Amino acid sequence: MSDVEEAVTRAHQDEWARVVASLTRRFGDLDIAEEAAAEAFATAVERWPADGVPPNPGAWLTTTAVRKAIDRIRRENKRDDKHKEAQMVYDNTPPEPLGVIDDDRLRLIFTCCHPALAMEARVALTLRMLGGLTVPEIARAFLVRETALEQRITRAKAKIKAARIPYRVPAAEDLPARVSGVLAVLYLVFNEGYLATGPDTDPVRHGLTAEAIRLTRLIRALLPEDGEVAGLLALMLLTEARRTARVSASGELVTLDEQDRGAWDKALIAEGHRLVRERLAAAAAGMAPGRYQILAAINAVHTSARDIRDTDWSQIVALYDQLVQLDSSPIVALNRAIAVAELDGPEVALAAVDRLADELAGYHAYHATRADLLRRLGHSQRSRAAYDKAIELAGNTAQTANLTRRRDQLR
Amino acid sequence: MQYLVSVIDDESSPGSTDRRPAISAFNERLIAEGYWVFAGGLAGTDAATVIDNRGEQAVFSDGPFVESKEYLAGVWVWDVPDLDVALKLAAEASKVCDRKIEVRPFQ
Repeated sequence: MSDVEEAVTRAHQDEWARVVASLTRRFGDLDIAEEAAAEAFATAVERWPADGVPPNPGAWLTTTAVRKAIDRIRRENKRDDKHKEAQMVYDNTPPEPLGVIDDDRLRLIFTCCHPALAMEARVALTLRMLGGLTVPEIARAFLVRETALEQRITRAKAKIKAARIPYRVPAAEDLPARVSGVLAVLYLVFNEGYLATGPDTDPVRHGLTAEAIRLTRLIRALLPEDGEVAGLLALMLLTEARRTARVSASGELVTLDEQDRGAWDKALIAEGHRLVRERLAAAAAGMAPGRYQILAAINAVHTSARDIRDTDWSQIVALYDQLVQLDSSPIVALNRAIAVAELDGPEVALAAVDRLADELAGYHAYHATRADLLRRLGHSQRSRAAYDKAIELAGNTAQTANLTRRRDQLR
Repeated sequence: MQYLVSVIDDESSPGSTDRRPAISAFNERLIAEGYWVFAGGLAGTDAATVIDNRGEQAVFSDGPFVESKEYLAGVWVWDVPDLDVALKLAAEASKVCDRKIEVRPFQ
């Protein structure tokens, strides 16, 4: 990559969201902001090789985008009155509570992740408007047709305009619920990259985990006091740190107990651990941790152990007990049972897993867990049947490969 | 910005019938806060008549234009600054009416 290309790529990563956000505020219209930002970057690609990279790429891009937006509005002059009418609601009062930074990007995040939009639309809008991913990129990552995705984004933008979804940081009393809505979008993006229903090694999918981390870092910078933001970032980092160790050279999923811990990314783990320690200190000071903070703490225990046998299982079970209080879903109960197997043995765990039969009969991990526990208890035949069921339900090829090998190793 | 706020009832699990005092109190508040434009409860859908005069002669037919388990039980029109305000009030309205609420902007 040439220096100029690199500068364009870097500017795109660093400045895209800022340009879209500041234009959205100025023109009160997501469509205009998105299109003008895209045109500004296209102009940069054309001009920078000849003119050189400007000393302040962000300012150059914003100025260029503003000019493009004004051109477009002039072209559509006839619709000027209509346009004014359709302007988004922009609340100019600076948000004071919780040390919230008054940043246009924060307004943009809350608009894109508004609860009045469908979840798929929130994901698509967030990746397009904040992440700067193109429509074909997002479509490929989520295995949907480009036209369908384009429609999804267009409809969401139209609803934002017609229903007057505001462009502002929510009031202090609404902030925790709205932040948790934003985090749900980012976690979904991350998981889609991490547990993709296709080959794990697909680079576009890795793009999704990286993008989710980048956006979570951004929100962390904007809302540094929020414990759940820190928790989700730590959870993503500690999960991402194990990514390369998680799939073998032959494309098979490697479970935690068999992973080469030397291949884990030490820098990501150190950063994740720092965040978890920060939240532990807050918890000690009386701030009850939320779901992501607890999940991050569980992952911190795993990534602190040099060997699977060094794992502090009682600590992990205690954290799952805490999580069950917040989230009574059967999936949490299943994960707790997996930890219980290490602490109290497979028989106790199997009893707990069997109680989830009604709720989780269609979930591959339920059958995979049962298969493993039955194997450890020496019930080969029943274990084989459970592996068969898990293989039938698993969508991820790396996972299927792992389950198949384990089944075929049964005696 | 005005929104049509529809109260939706469901034949298979109707909301409770003792909501009138609570709704009146809620209306008082909407008026005091300047959001209230209009409110009205509707008679049952069996009292509805559909008129179609697009052809040569007006045709009257008995019953609602769409038969469905869910039906409109009443409406509000609110004038509020944006959707966030509307949704917050609608969340209260759903509790007050013990029914689902649809919020839809006027053009």
